[in-house]
Amino acid sequence: MAMATAAVASVRLATTNALPRATQRSRDNEACSALNSAFFKNSIPSSSRSSRKNLKTLNDGSRKGICVRVKASTSDMVKEKALPADGQLISRHEGLDLYEDMILGRAFEDMCAQMYYRGKMFGFVHLYNGQEAVSTGFIKGLKKADYVCSTYRDHVHALSKGVPARQVMSELFGKATGCCRGQGGSMHMFSKEHNVLGGFAFIGEGIPVATGAAFTTKYRREVLKDDSADEVTIAFFGDGTCNNGQFFECLNMAALWKLPIVFVVENNLWAIGMSHYRATSVPEIWKKGPAFGMPGIHVDGMDVLKVREVAKEAIARARRGDGPTLVECETYRFRGHSLADPDELRKPAEKAHYAARDPIAALKNYLLENRLATEKELSAIEETINELIEDAVEFAEASPLPPHSQLLENVFADPKGFGIGPDGRYRCEGPGFTAGTAQV
Amino acid sequence: MESTALLQKVTAGMAFRGTPASLLSSSSASSHVARIKLGSRSVIRVSRLSGLTVKATHLNAYGFGTMPHNSTALKTVNKAVAVKTETGSTATAQQGHELLLFEALREGLEEEMERDPTVCVIGEDVGHYGGSYKVTKGMAEKFGDLRLLDTPIAENSFTGMAIGAAMTGLRPIVEGMNMGFLLLAFNQIANNCGMLHYTSGGQFTIPIVIRGPGGVGKQLGAEHSQRLESYFQSVPGLQMVACSTPYNAKGLMKAAIRSENPVILFEHVLLYNLKERIPDEEYVLCLEEAELVRPGQDITILTYSRMRHHVLQAVKTLVSKGYDPEVIDIRSLKPFDLFAIGNSVKKTHKVLIVEECMRTGGIGASLRAAIMENFFDELDAPIGCLSSQDVPTPYAGPLEDLTVVQPPQIVFAVEQLCKH
Repeated sequence: MAMATAAVASVRLATTNALPRATQRSRDNEACSALNSAFFKNSIPSSSRSSRKNLKTLNDGSRKGICVRVKASTSDMVKEKALPADGQLISRHEGLDLYEDMILGRAFEDMCAQMYYRGKMFGFVHLYNGQEAVSTGFIKGLKKADYVCSTYRDHVHALSKGVPARQVMSELFGKATGCCRGQGGSMHMFSKEHNVLGGFAFIGEGIPVATGAAFTTKYRREVLKDDSADEVTIAFFGDGTCNNGQFFECLNMAALWKLPIVFVVENNLWAIGMSHYRATSVPEIWKKGPAFGMPGIHVDGMDVLKVREVAKEAIARARRGDGPTLVECETYRFRGHSLADPDELRKPAEKAHYAARDPIAALKNYLLENRLATEKELSAIEETINELIEDAVEFAEASPLPPHSQLLENVFADPKGFGIGPDGRYRCEGPGFTAGTAQV
Repeated sequence: MESTALLQKVTAGMAFRGTPASLLSSSSASSHVARIKLGSRSVIRVSRLSGLTVKATHLNAYGFGTMPHNSTALKTVNKAVAVKTETGSTATAQQGHELLLFEALREGLEEEMERDPTVCVIGEDVGHYGGSYKVTKGMAEKFGDLRLLDTPIAENSFTGMAIGAAMTGLRPIVEGMNMGFLLLAFNQIANNCGMLHYTSGGQFTIPIVIRGPGGVGKQLGAEHSQRLESYFQSVPGLQMVACSTPYNAKGLMKAAIRSENPVILFEHVLLYNLKERIPDEEYVLCLEEAELVRPGQDITILTYSRMRHHVLQAVKTLVSKGYDPEVIDIRSLKPFDLFAIGNSVKKTHKVLIVEECMRTGGIGASLRAAIMENFFDELDAPIGCLSSQDVPTPYAGPLEDLTVVQPPQIVFAVEQLCKH
């Protein structure tokens, strides 16, 4: 795929009257296809007919859709950008940086699969293969102080944010040197140092937490009068989550209070075995942004340069205090939902279609075609990453398992919460307490 | 320490004899002289024993469950009562100020919000409306809309939002307009509030307070009459306290806000208008301790929240019949103060639990198990437990009265147990 021209075209982000890319994909589900075409051509739901009268001018002065026709929001940030004078969307250094991050994500996840099948890690492990462009494109645009909040598919978000691969691998092995001391596991990657707020097992759970982190930023600015507080929070979640109440409730609150947050939907079309089109009445998730008063953007999530352009705008918008953005990234996971998923429902044709749009291969081609890097340099990066991953595995293998005494640690921030025992002392003060029981 | 002052402290800490709510105003330092004459032998014992020098152990012996150590903890004063230096005679000077329970909560809230600018309140109608039970009345004008955040009706999400804010440096207080509404926030409370400190390996703390009115009110209907303490008690990582008087409401509110743990503070709809005289000075109570309401010899009655007042009503009858029950307001629903409870059991050897929770899986059920496990040899009788009926609270008045424990039932239960 010619990434250069595609990249230029992509910066015109408003998908005004064009059919969103979703419908251009080959799909086997004829019914959904027909439904969508019909919707786009001429259906104006009656609710939005009457609500046309109530179209309000929203915060940033533009009239945003209750969708009358199939119009995405035309927000101010969406306009065609001119390429810089040298015709490059990205510098060599930036390009290599992105490439390295995506290779790290891919190699790490592949190693996870290996380790899982060798019995080094257990439980539910959800791999991110194929979606690297979203993580890299967004998180590489953040500062260290910015917050990232994710779901159970969180290994690569943690890695992109800067959590060392050693710590993530140790956590997966359940070792005491893991980022959560082995207490969280695959689905609960947290890092206070790198501001990764999780890692949540239930979908939708992390969105309010992300909203809260954004609220803290606003509170610090306006109540504590700390002008340096300009952290942006990014909440990552999937298409299945977009039918969950917490999603809508948080869109409402974020827009209401203009919180510095970006809601990133990683729409990989499948929630385990439930196709997005079978679960959702209006499959275009980006349309739900304008319903709450924020721009709704749809972007090709298999193309890291496009994602990066959108991310830059959305993050800048949040940082300057203009409020939240909803970004729907069309992406795909090359593996099953988790390592336990037989992945039988997805058609081979669909998988092949997306395999051809592998974000790493696409970036590689772009870098080579635009002579931003040589084959040798890219191979060297891959080598380095492979060594890093090997080192992470060795480190995790060699790390100790948590001792029994760790069981009761961290249940409470203040262990007085375990209460006063029959002898009149706080139970946590008794010798050998942590090797005992938690009964309260 | 000056002897009169100690005596005032001791007697005030051991509260009044059984009185219904309206007479609680006599609780504090004023009538101590008269009370000693009527009252408990244990007070007299204190005054004789030590020559009134303060030793923590003396207080411990009476099951106060005072903090067993750490006299250097400056801020936390247990059962403190303002003792102004007396100018004239002991009798009449009323110290402290009188207020209603919801005002006491507000006072505690305001003091903490002034003390720490990261403390904020998040909930429905907490700002401009002043709270559905007026706990936050007037505070939005004082502290601003962002510190008293009026939320849309989205309990799960705004509780989650408070958790995210707590993780990133704020100290939010979530108000459930009615505790029952927090059922919608169960996902966030159980998964994130309780467990996130652990699953993050201790990296993030959640210094959040979740509070709201619960319990059976006056014909509010089934859904507004819920007791959630039994549902939340199994969630690891949460602390739960229940307030029952203006004095402990303010003290527990302040302690909960200052705690690094997530704390659920259970208030009761019918107790908001309780009036009491509380100290002018700042005081913070201990979250993990129980409160000795009335010392006694014959039986230990463990209770909390509104049932404390039903128990005290029953105690009036019991005293007139010659019984001497010891009443302990357990206050800390999770964890239980096994020290105070144990000391009492060792003294009386009989226990009656009176609670408003449902019988099945309630606080009483857990408490019975804990007492049986720890103090089996001290018991002369099976542990009695009076709980609410396992019935959705009906609207009709007489039926509603049947679902909760009433004083005559308490009297009867004590009589039965004391036959052992």
